[in-house]
Amino acid sequence: MDVLNRVPVREQEPKTRAKNFDEVCLGYNIDEAVEESKRCIGCKNAKCIEGCPVAINIPEFIGHLKEGNVKEAFDVISESSSLPAVCGRVCPQESQCEGKCIRGIKGDPISIGKLERFTADWAKQNGVKPQPPKERIDKKVAVIGSGPAGLTCAGDLAKLGYKVTIFEALHEPGGVLVYGIPEFRLPKEDIVKKEIENVLSLGVELELNSIVGKSVKIDDLFEEGFEAVFIGSGAGLPKFMGIPGEQANGVFSANEYLTRSNLMKAFDENSTTPIMRGQKVAVVGGGNVAMDAARTALRLGAETHIIYRRSEEELPARVEEVHHAKEEGVIFDLLTNPVEILTTDEGWVKGIRCVKMELGEPDASGRRRPQPIEGSEFDIEADTVIMSLGTSPNPLISSTTSGLDTNKWGCIVADEEMGLTSKEGVFAGGDAVTGAATVILAMGAGKAAAKGIHEYLQGKDK
Amino acid sequence: MYKIIRDEKLTDNIYLMEIEAPRVAKNCLPGQFIILRSHSKGERIPLTICDYSKERGTVTIVFQIVGAGTEFLANLKAGDSVQDFVGPLGRPSELTDMPLSELKNKKILFVAGGVGTAPVYPQVKWLNERGVMADVIVGSKTKDLLIMEDMMKEVAGGLYITTDDGSYGDHGMVTNSIQKLVDSGKKYDVCIAIGPMIMMKFVCKLTKELDMPTVVSLNPIMVDGTGMCGACRVTVDGEVKFACVDGPEFDGHKVDFDQAMKRQQLYKTNEGRAFLKAKEGDTHHGGCGNCGGDQ
Ligand SMILES: Cc1cc2nc3c(=O)[nH]c(=O)nc-3n(C[C@H](O)[C@H](O)[C@H](O)COP(=O)(O)OP(=O)(O)OC[C@H]3O[C@@H](n4cnc5c(N)ncnc54)[C@H](O)[C@@H]3O)c2cc1C
Ligand SMILES: Cc1cc2nc3c(=O)[nH]c(=O)nc-3n(C[C@H](O)[C@H](O)[C@H](O)COP(=O)(O)OP(=O)(O)OC[C@H]3O[C@@H](n4cnc5c(N)ncnc54)[C@H](O)[C@@H]3O)c2cc1C
Ligand code: SF4
Ligand code: FES
Repeated sequence: MDVLNRVPVREQEPKTRAKNFDEVCLGYNIDEAVEESKRCIGCKNAKCIEGCPVAINIPEFIGHLKEGNVKEAFDVISESSSLPAVCGRVCPQESQCEGKCIRGIKGDPISIGKLERFTADWAKQNGVKPQPPKERIDKKVAVIGSGPAGLTCAGDLAKLGYKVTIFEALHEPGGVLVYGIPEFRLPKEDIVKKEIENVLSLGVELELNSIVGKSVKIDDLFEEGFEAVFIGSGAGLPKFMGIPGEQANGVFSANEYLTRSNLMKAFDENSTTPIMRGQKVAVVGGGNVAMDAARTALRLGAETHIIYRRSEEELPARVEEVHHAKEEGVIFDLLTNPVEILTTDEGWVKGIRCVKMELGEPDASGRRRPQPIEGSEFDIEADTVIMSLGTSPNPLISSTTSGLDTNKWGCIVADEEMGLTSKEGVFAGGDAVTGAATVILAMGAGKAAAKGIHEYLQGKDK
Repeated sequence: MYKIIRDEKLTDNIYLMEIEAPRVAKNCLPGQFIILRSHSKGERIPLTICDYSKERGTVTIVFQIVGAGTEFLANLKAGDSVQDFVGPLGRPSELTDMPLSELKNKKILFVAGGVGTAPVYPQVKWLNERGVMADVIVGSKTKDLLIMEDMMKEVAGGLYITTDDGSYGDHGMVTNSIQKLVDSGKKYDVCIAIGPMIMMKFVCKLTKELDMPTVVSLNPIMVDGTGMCGACRVTVDGEVKFACVDGPEFDGHKVDFDQAMKRQQLYKTNEGRAFLKAKEGDTHHGGCGNCGGDQ
């Protein structure tokens, strides 16, 4: 066995997958998983656990895998994570567990993400489910939002025996997992739906089409008998650049583009939702969201460019996504920044005027600050522009809830350990608190808040 | 699922439905809208709240068939259900925010165009219930397309109907009717215009000359209606606003109508539809209501 190199994972051929929406990565089978797991040293003082935001006992679950005991491995993961099939697919492992793995010093770190994914998928295929609680606690808790933060918080509270109701604004649960991250990276029917069903099977109720702040206010929820509320309402409104031409037809936020494709299934023949299928698509931004939008456009048949103002090294997306995007043929225009969107007389996009950038001194984030090179303007032809520049908080909940503090950016203020907000009985976590972050951090926050709510409700009884 | 309690065909292609949605009915005010999906594969269709009953827990909508989504909806009957019904969305009309004492002194003119009569109705009714009688101009292409005349008569102060072809009421556009009322010595503190984008644009042009503050209700293309996607963005006073959370009502004199009209074409006009048909390739599978791709 080659201990320095990981067992390669099977993937769809780039040429084939660039034309379909099926999952790119095929994952390990049991033999591959066992073989990879054997590379793990089982460190006593395992660094990988420190790198995991929900502190999964990684050497222990991998230890079970070595013996081929997948059910036991799943039980270990389930103690810490309620969405392992999702996390195994979308966590930035290279900067978390795998980034800390001892094996990584000389050679490849253990493929912890792929092993987690294998274990969770195996459990699904073999009907292994988390166990519902034996005893019920006669207290109602409301959870706002059904993204990873809300689902985790709801799942943990239900396991403790609470009566939990999730309020979700959209017509389907899952948050970014259903409307943001595309099918080819995170299958909806087989993975996301099943993970959600697992949470609901614990007795959690789900009220769709309910916008808290509009359909019902937080104070009403307390009147309806809920004793605590968790806010996991996500990152919010898409940002635009504020450059000329941005309101032209053919300019979309990544959120709109991805929602049309993922939630409304515009790529599927049976859907009635239209989506622009451009000839030449320019995606502005360099995060996971930008990669997803670019790879979606590519699959819809367009020549696709990523326009990013810093260099490759600073791309905030997961390394695997950048790698996949390149393999599939997405063109990267790095150190490039748009200054204007060019339009036809009828108001449709015809191109994008950019300026070349160079990297100057490091800024507050530690990344070198990009600055425009004078006189370097040039035009890129495009009929569709997708803006993927991050989000700013949605004021719907904060503006309709008295006594709920937000910070200067408009994010809800909540402490990390328990998710406590400034309002009694109200807890918060996930992107609504941190701004756009990651699935696993949102889960971690949901978990912390579940603990906080449990302590709060127990304290109330005394 | 949300049950349809009552359905009524108002004209050839305009329908009314009363739908059971207690949470929406309990919390809504005039000026707000809902989004519905008829079935599990359907579009999210934004529609203004036309009436509501907190007692019955119902919301009434009035819609015109313009494409596949609204056509499917029109075929549903009382007793059927729609899959999803979410709201109330957007901000209520500013009038509902005003202290009653102030409101009582206001002279208010509503201008409704076509199916825009429906969203005007709850505002006029709300004012009527508070003893404020507002004047209402209703414009319609022709007599047969006129809707809700009797309902409106019951709640309005003066009701002035005009048709483009003169087949009923006055002959001409709503802007003529506004001018006529003003010429006859009427004074208004505020005008609220709801109808096709082009109508609102011309009403605003006139009321600006007349120095009459004007509120319009915009209906850009929407997806989620909660501020998540940015599809509904419009420029007001040089600033980008999301109609679903910042609106749908805006100061009409500050709206960039030309831009809003261009943006609405994206999925709407014949040109936009034809363009999309070409651009969307085989992701265009009907939905434009024009190409027959869904049959
Ligand atoms: C395209 C895309 C790709 C991404 N890729 C990755 C990745 O590869 N790896 C990774 O770790 N992270 C990724 N992320 C980020 C990650 O998805 C988010 O950080 C995470 O989903 C945040 O979880 P959340 O539960 O806080 O919020 P969300 O997932 O946003 O869920 C919030 C939910 O609350 C609902 N809601 C909002 N307001 C209300 C209200 N008033 N009432 C009721 N319900 C409400 C929303 O409809 C939504 O369902 C990606 C994000 C996007 C958009
Ligand atoms: C806030 C708001 C309030 C509205 N109130 C009413 C009302 O009270 N009565 C009424 O008859 N109509 C109203 N409309 C317009 C109505 O939503 C559209 O006519 C309807 O969505 C068209 O759907 P369709 O599938 O039949 O048409 P199609 O043309 O097949 O739709 C194709 C696509 O275009 C979008 N679309 C088309 N026209 C519009 C439009 N005008 N506005 C937004 N999106 C559109 C649809 O969402 C869909 O994605 C309102 C729109 C908004 C935004
Ligand atoms: S750090 Fe690497 S080798 Fe050590 S226990 Fe964790 S996964 Fe195994
Ligand atoms: S409809 Fe999506 S932000 Fe307004």
